[in-house]
Amino acid sequence: MSAQTTTANALELDDLHVDYKVRGNWKQVLRGVSLTIGPGESFGLVGESGCGKSTAAFAALHYLPRNGRVRSGSIRVAGADLLTMTDADVRRMRRTDVSMVYQNPTAALNPTIHIGDQVAEVFTILGDGAAEARRRVRAMLEKVQISDPDGVMDRYPHQLSGGMNQRVVIAMALAKDPSLLILDEPTTGLDATVEAEVLDLVAALRQEFNTSVLFISHNLDVILRMCDRVGVLYAGRIVEQGPVAEVFDNSRHPYTVGLLRCIPRAGARKDQGKLDTIPGFLPPLGAELPGCVFTDRCALAEDICRTEEPPLHDVAASGDEHASRCHFHERAQELPRDTAPVAIPLAKHQHDRERLPVIRTRNVRKTFYQDGHDVRAVEDITFSLAPGETLGLVGESGSGKTTLARLLLGLTEPDAGSLVELDGTPIASSITDRDREQVRALQIVFQNPDAALNRRFSIRRIISRALNRLNHEHGAELDTHLRDLAHSVRFDVRLIRAKPSQLSGGLKQRAAIARAFAGDPRIVVCDEPTSALDVSVQAAILNLLAELQVEKETAYLFISHDLGVVRYLSDRIAVLYLGRLMELGDASTVYGTPQHPYTEALLSSLPRAVGGERPRIRLTGEIPSHANPPSGCVFHTRCPRYIGDICKTEEPSFTEVEPGHFWRCHHSADELRNLQRSASEEERTA
Amino acid sequence: MTTTTDALATAAGPAEPHDEHHAQREQLRLLLRSPIFIVGTLVVLFWIVCAIFGSVIAPKDAYAVDPLNSLRSPTGSHWFGTDDIGRDVLSRVIVGARGILIVAPLATILGTVVGTALGLVTGYFRGLVDNVVSRFIDAFLALPTVIIALLAIVALSTSKSAVILVIAVVFAPVIARTVRAAVLQEREMEYVSAAQLRNERTSYILFAEILPNVMGPVLVEFTVRLGYAIFTVATLSFLGFGIQPPAPDWGLQVFEHYGLLSGGYWWPVLFPALAVASLVIGVNMMADAIAKAFER
Repeated sequence: MSAQTTTANALELDDLHVDYKVRGNWKQVLRGVSLTIGPGESFGLVGESGCGKSTAAFAALHYLPRNGRVRSGSIRVAGADLLTMTDADVRRMRRTDVSMVYQNPTAALNPTIHIGDQVAEVFTILGDGAAEARRRVRAMLEKVQISDPDGVMDRYPHQLSGGMNQRVVIAMALAKDPSLLILDEPTTGLDATVEAEVLDLVAALRQEFNTSVLFISHNLDVILRMCDRVGVLYAGRIVEQGPVAEVFDNSRHPYTVGLLRCIPRAGARKDQGKLDTIPGFLPPLGAELPGCVFTDRCALAEDICRTEEPPLHDVAASGDEHASRCHFHERAQELPRDTAPVAIPLAKHQHDRERLPVIRTRNVRKTFYQDGHDVRAVEDITFSLAPGETLGLVGESGSGKTTLARLLLGLTEPDAGSLVELDGTPIASSITDRDREQVRALQIVFQNPDAALNRRFSIRRIISRALNRLNHEHGAELDTHLRDLAHSVRFDVRLIRAKPSQLSGGLKQRAAIARAFAGDPRIVVCDEPTSALDVSVQAAILNLLAELQVEKETAYLFISHDLGVVRYLSDRIAVLYLGRLMELGDASTVYGTPQHPYTEALLSSLPRAVGGERPRIRLTGEIPSHANPPSGCVFHTRCPRYIGDICKTEEPSFTEVEPGHFWRCHHSADELRNLQRSASEEERTA
Repeated sequence: MTTTTDALATAAGPAEPHDEHHAQREQLRLLLRSPIFIVGTLVVLFWIVCAIFGSVIAPKDAYAVDPLNSLRSPTGSHWFGTDDIGRDVLSRVIVGARGILIVAPLATILGTVVGTALGLVTGYFRGLVDNVVSRFIDAFLALPTVIIALLAIVALSTSKSAVILVIAVVFAPVIARTVRAAVLQEREMEYVSAAQLRNERTSYILFAEILPNVMGPVLVEFTVRLGYAIFTVATLSFLGFGIQPPAPDWGLQVFEHYGLLSGGYWWPVLFPALAVASLVIGVNMMADAIAKAFER
């Protein structure tokens, strides 16, 4: 293989049509996908869910589900045509030439086999003896920067973190030195800091192994960072294709333009205007689309778009190939906005600190008792929220974000001594002891509307029940309120009798928001409300939340791991690490300098397009366990600005470094400012 | 092959309208197309018809004693022959469906209702309630069903209601365990938290919010248990507990005549035994098909 693979293209899909059989009918999923990945090249495939990204990946391995078929077109891996090969040859090809990394590493690994034995399988299949295989496994684990390879080899997948497991999966994938590596959303389930590390690793290994990569992601910034070229997939067709920078900076297809406008990028904030959205929905599976696949959602569409499929226009500015399937590609950038760029005012809070906060917490802490020891999930949280203000809450998974939310809501009882005040009055710690006004005051929008809405009930029943319980409404009064509520969250009243499973993700989340607002809450906790949604839907939901806030003066506690989204919506930001507040201040202060070292690390894990130019700081090591937190400052084990013994022995207090800006660090503001300034200067000169 | 199904889910993409209805209709369609389900249902339906209209369908009076014609082998006038006191075996088999088809389903319904309630409570509260009740359930499950049933019936009485009660009590823990496992998953769903945030009563959360979502396992468990219940009722009457003579009960008929087997009089034993077997198998076929439809 080796001599051939260096010259042949790693993957060539040519006019590939794939169908799925759904209830006896063949439905088109891929409508003529053509792409070429050269040797050593990294190709990104981007698009919203349901576009056919994963189908394209499985087709590349000729590994479609049983109800799938390749209708026409060709698939060539390393020059060999998969569709004409015998099954045995296809299996041999999968064994030696192609590897795949899936989204969920924990599901990709067998939970009953030691990591070492699992990775060794790759080598034994290729003919190595047991001892030799083990030696090579160790070397491979070292390559993916696992610090204790011998220890890890004797562990099971569940004993490792998600990030570690993904490294193991990558090690397995690269072990056979494949000519093509397919990565299907490899970092989607991981924390921002871990994601950054894994992406760095993939980039480094790609250099070393000179592997060609097909990188599938819904995340444009990840694609921008990882790929040479990109294909934008919509409804099973690549609508635009070209070098990454060219496609993103000079998009020539309305879908690409719209997609990029949906994301809060480069430090965008709500006071700079609403996010743009893409109207309408993806066409249903197998729909007849005689013209351009994007017509129905395109503001530039004219008659020709409906009837005639646009050819692949060459739109390259210079020598690079850049192609767009749009009749009006030269006008793509002029795509009218779907949403008027109205500014959303920031909370008045910043100018009015004397105002009575709607909620205030003091020394809130929660200890869980687990396997014989105490686990401090949340420690000593003190903050307040003004009416109509958004407090962004960020932190890695396991930092206690959701626990804190549940403590405020009264779903989990905090330890004795914790104090939560609503409008200046202390409230009971358990929801069952709170009166109706207090219950109405605090509500939540959950991450996953599928779990948050009872699947047996209609939307009407779900919202009506909330209106009835929280406001004691019924009859005509309830119906009127229900209609108003649906209207204010832009939920089509005609769909109100539908069950959740009959609705799209965005509509479900609107229904969940309507339920949260049923009792005119004072505070709504938004727990990752958009992370299960596509970017175009995310933009619409963020706009909606911002509008509702202005209209009703509701305060938000906005939890998210997406720092761009938090930045967009928040007036103030709180940074949580191992259950402790590390930094709290106005959004602009927290994102500016000086920053707490942990915030600095979090923000520098952001792709360039979102956070602006920043020196890269990588957090090394795992997040310590809550059961056994590090002594002194809990962050000292991973801190990029570690001072010395004082960090190990003494826990810094949560101090106000400037008015309204708190942090927990032994550094003074000036020290950190100097350190961070010099670091960014170094970066600039380098 | 989880990856294949994942791929499908992604490929299927945005929820097509009417997915839920499709899912339910799909389950039904799958059931109606399953030959196992159809055969099982036909067998059970046959016995239900016998239970309801038994005395009309039966060619002879099931209770009519005719000592002159005792122990006649199957002939044109007595298809299944006659028993030791000359009663028509065919008629007794047909009429005998009623007793078992009243007692077994009632016992199963009672056991399912009690078991489901127990499962909901233990799964939802966990903690102390769960620990205490679950240990009782575990202890109970360790005892052999028929022995407990016998002891209980001896202690109570041999009436039909005693049999129903005893079988229900024996089945409830088994059903409770299955339901509890399903509830443990459901209670982590956020719609439960959302209900708590409306300050709903616990009974509402259990029976209105969670119960509809665990009906699948409950239904499967019900059909499986029904098969066991039929078998248990027959066993008890065979042992002389439960339904009493001169009722034409299947278990009782086997009990009354198995001593005659060695004399070559097989028909008064075989036909009632076949009746029990066919009903149990029919119900189990239905149960299998239903479980398979829900698995998907």
